[in-house]
Amino acid sequence: MKIAVLLKQTPDTETKIKIKSDASGVDETDIKWIINTYDEYAVEEALRLKEAVGTGEVVIVTAGIKRAVESMRQALAMGADRGILIDTEGLTLDSYTAAVILAKVLPNEKFDIVLAGKQAVDDDCVQVAHGVATLLDWPCVWPIEHIELSGDKKSVMVVRPVSGGTKEVFEVGLPTILCCDKGEHDPRYASLPGIMKAKTKPIQELKAADLLAGETPKVKWVNFSLPPDRQAGKILKGEPEQVCAELVKLLREEAKVI
Amino acid sequence: MGDVLIIAEYEGGKLKGYSRELASKAVELATQAGGKAQGVVVGKNVAQAAEELGQFGIAKATAIEGVDLEPYRGEAYTKVLFELIQKIKPQIVLASASNLGKDVLPRLAMKCKGGLATDCIDLKIEGGKLKAKRPIFAGKALVDVDFLSDIQFATARPNSFATKVVDASKKAEVEKVQASVGELRVKVKEVKEAEKGLKDLTEAEIIVAGGRALGSNENFKIIRELAEVLGATVGASRAAVDAGYISHDHQVGQTGKTVNPKLYIACGISGAIQHLAGMRTSKVIVAINKDPEAPIFSKADYGIVGDLFTLLPILTRKFKELLGK
Ligand SMILES: Cc1cc2nc3c(=O)[nH]c(=O)nc-3n(C[C@H](O)[C@H](O)[C@H](O)COP(=O)(O)OP(=O)(O)OC[C@H]3O[C@@H](n4cnc5c(N)ncnc54)[C@H](O)[C@@H]3O)c2cc1C
Ligand SMILES: Nc1ncnc2c1ncn2[C@@H]1O[C@H](COP(=O)(O)O)[C@@H](O)[C@H]1O
Repeated sequence: MKIAVLLKQTPDTETKIKIKSDASGVDETDIKWIINTYDEYAVEEALRLKEAVGTGEVVIVTAGIKRAVESMRQALAMGADRGILIDTEGLTLDSYTAAVILAKVLPNEKFDIVLAGKQAVDDDCVQVAHGVATLLDWPCVWPIEHIELSGDKKSVMVVRPVSGGTKEVFEVGLPTILCCDKGEHDPRYASLPGIMKAKTKPIQELKAADLLAGETPKVKWVNFSLPPDRQAGKILKGEPEQVCAELVKLLREEAKVI
Repeated sequence: MGDVLIIAEYEGGKLKGYSRELASKAVELATQAGGKAQGVVVGKNVAQAAEELGQFGIAKATAIEGVDLEPYRGEAYTKVLFELIQKIKPQIVLASASNLGKDVLPRLAMKCKGGLATDCIDLKIEGGKLKAKRPIFAGKALVDVDFLSDIQFATARPNSFATKVVDASKKAEVEKVQASVGELRVKVKEVKEAEKGLKDLTEAEIIVAGGRALGSNENFKIIRELAEVLGATVGASRAAVDAGYISHDHQVGQTGKTVNPKLYIACGISGAIQHLAGMRTSKVIVAINKDPEAPIFSKADYGIVGDLFTLLPILTRKFKELLGK
């Protein structure tokens, strides 16, 4: 079983976002970089699939700058086998061009399953994995919270949560792209031997510019800003009966939301 | 040129609330772009929902019907919608940032080689093209999106725009298309239906959310009771989900759902940055917490410092009285 994980490096979700003074982007000075939260679930699922089969390979594929190698090594320390870094230094990619370069690299290896995250927690686009699947013309399920390999290893069963708590169970033939939500498995911690081994696992480097083949972004992001801060409002004081009555009244008459 | 196509959704034969607001926005954008707004509804027996688009000023709509078009299937919808886009050649294609819109628009945008801005909170026309504003970093920042492609795609976050009925008696002229999509590569094995009538968090107008303070699955009952009186959807913090008090589909926040209701009542939730990220755009926030220093109070419009186990039953009773239930 050969599995690729599309892994993006993103800021830690604790990060307080600051905007550059010219509004051209996010100020990255104090950011701690991590594996995109959902991609970490994808790594865990990939390792479990490989373990279930007993043989195979988990390959981490990342489009990003050199800094991303650190997050790739973390995935290798969790147990992934090797990495492919598509170096984007000097380029500004959008979801379209990111999908284009990832879709160029994946067919070079005969992957059975490509796992992605449900979304990247920095751009919140929910776009790249769908784009890759469309370009490769592979079936794609978004989002999924459970994967199980069939007995003949030619298909997977996946569970997709939909509106209001309904769950759909699908069978998908391989190869396929699956976008992982938080599932029942928490990502494993890297063990000390895992961390030592990760240092020598191979990471192949490719240049994004060589893979674009003349394709250019379809959107441009401008004028970054912070949302207006919410002001603290009224704290209601008094006996429970009284404050509850007051709150109900305020919601009806002042806020007009009831 | 300048036409705007909206992919509308329906439930029980009627347009969904977020499709109604999007229809109003589409008409406004089409006027500015010098084109017409058109609608499409895909599913089983959708002509009536398509006609409803007329109320908002949409003259023409397509109803794509087929037995295998309900419920939503990404592959099937992509196929029939891509064919429609090729036929009517809109400049702008809009959908809601719903489960459906989030899944189908990226596929369509890629097939059409168009730019896509997802989960937008503002849409306008500038220089003849769509321009979008959208949250990034789970709402901790905002960015404007300029389109470089001739065809422009966007999904809109529910509850972001006003619904404007132009003429309540007006029906859109509907062209019915029968579609058969054949065998899909993603095969349905089973659908486990949730309790009926529960609105998804992302569509909810009112949310009552509980945190770690609830202490057990059993205690979440008091959150559900308040939610029921208000016709609200139940939300939760990650701590409550991780502790197993409630399932992950109820989680609000950076790794849960991003919600945009008109009223969010946070009970026993401290207000961690990842939770705030998911609900900070709520129109009105109410916080109930026994710790006066809890960060949630700094974002709340109304706060009560106190024990939720005392306060919630009283609040539920008061709302019942007010709403005559
Ligand atoms: C990568 C990452 C992603 C995350 N994603 C999310 C996410 O999507 N959503 C999310 O919510 N969190 C998320 N978190 C977790 C987040 O950091 C917090 O840990 C979590 O939100 C805390 O939940 P809580 O407010 O219910 O619990 P606590 O922080 O423990 O707060 C409980 C609150 O209840 C109050 N309380 C206790 N008893 C009572 C009572 N009887 N009456 C009234 N008040 C009472 C306390 O004063 C306290 O303020 C994420 C964290 C990480 C690292
Ligand atoms: N630069 C990237 N490199 C590798 N994978 C990516 C990259 N960007 C996005 N992805 C994958 O696509 C998913 C969705 O990302 P997005 O469309 O940005 O929300 C992520 O969870 C990743 O799995």
